[in-house]
Amino acid sequence: MTTQVSGNPLVSLNGVNKHYGQLHVLKDINLQVQKGEVVVVIGPSGSGKSTLCRAINRLETIDNGDIAIDGKKLPEEGKDLAHLRADVGMVFQSFNLFAHKTILENVTLGPMKVKRVDKAKAEKDAMALLERVGVGQQAPKLPAQLSGGQQQRVAIARALAMKPKVMLFDEPTSALDPEMINEVLDVMIQLAKEGMTMIVVTHEMGFARKAADRVVFMADGQIVEDTDPESFFTNPQSNRAKDFLSKLLTH
Amino acid sequence: MDAIFASLPQYWDGFLRTLFLAAVSGIIALVIGTLLAAMRVSPVAALRGFSMFFVEVARNTPLTIIFFFAAIVLPRLGIKFDQFEVAAIIALSGYTSAFVAEAVRSGVNSVPVGQAEAARSIGLTFTQVLGLIILPQALRTVVPPMINIIIALVKNSSVAGAFFVLELFGYGKQLANEYGDKVLWVLVGVAFFYLLITVPLGILAHFVERKVAIAR
Repeated sequence: MTTQVSGNPLVSLNGVNKHYGQLHVLKDINLQVQKGEVVVVIGPSGSGKSTLCRAINRLETIDNGDIAIDGKKLPEEGKDLAHLRADVGMVFQSFNLFAHKTILENVTLGPMKVKRVDKAKAEKDAMALLERVGVGQQAPKLPAQLSGGQQQRVAIARALAMKPKVMLFDEPTSALDPEMINEVLDVMIQLAKEGMTMIVVTHEMGFARKAADRVVFMADGQIVEDTDPESFFTNPQSNRAKDFLSKLLTH
Repeated sequence: MDAIFASLPQYWDGFLRTLFLAAVSGIIALVIGTLLAAMRVSPVAALRGFSMFFVEVARNTPLTIIFFFAAIVLPRLGIKFDQFEVAAIIALSGYTSAFVAEAVRSGVNSVPVGQAEAARSIGLTFTQVLGLIILPQALRTVVPPMINIIIALVKNSSVAGAFFVLELFGYGKQLANEYGDKVLWVLVGVAFFYLLITVPLGILAHFVERKVAIAR
């Protein structure tokens, strides 16, 4: 592993297990992510990578094991959990912009309601973020009036508005038309360069090569490989990873 | 026909009282029903259980029995009112709130689950998620069934006439006695004044529905 030993990990999962009925979706997961690291989680569908990502801000509960963000264990439901979630940005496959609110309101809602930032300041910050992801023009529109790529960039801005310690991306480009994937990836690569700690579940191998510090390969609910992108793509150790990569390359 | 015109003041008074009963009960039912729906989707099992119990009992009991309970049983238990209107409002709002709760709950379920997940993941609390994100979207899809419920409430308020409340139907009974040979016309008059409330509600529903529709 390439992780620095110094300092506490920002995100830490220890012995995490989860079942969906009979199905064991997460099997004894151990994963530490250091501040500033970009970890890309890849693997075949059904390998548990989305569940892993969602468990980190407790959108999925786990059966046992523990998850800590910046040294603090994930609380059960309630106010404490809400506080912790405010520090963890999440970007979804299906964008999930608030359908009844304008683009600007989508971004200002969190800061105003959670951090009690006043409206003028929240709007100023939101506009800066929207400009940064290239959708400043769209501020007064409703989400349905935007393209998928634009919506996803707004979703990233919405998460950034909370000034999160870590950003989770759950297949952020999987619902996009091919020509819109890059505009979202560019924003993510920029974010990675600026030192944001990111955990990205994706099928975009290009992104993994370009921006990842580490690649975590999952299969059947287990972390099979955890290494740097170069070694993973050129010299995978496990048969599962070799098999997975060979299928990608034939297309 | 002249029986109607001769009794216009009574009709008008009954109309206003029915309108009052329906409006007050309707507002209370909307508030209580929304609260019941919120309890039903809350993470607290006890609240979910209570809400489910209340809704099932209230909506599966005939309205007349609920009226009987409110007007006759409650006073025997020591809860006394000066006017039977209060009992009528308790019965009507209690009964109707169960239907409101179910409509709101189905509206809540119609909001994609991703909306709540996104709201939770920016750090909103349960009440904020519900109040800022889910209910505003749910209430829009709930407008058509809600108007149906209110229309039913207006008509259900006629049961109050059988429990000593002088509203439109109560006056109808009086007038039917007075004009024993013109009962049909008296009842046509009663029906007309009910329609005067319910038909505009239907038109309002249509208008509001188009106004608040949200694109996805």
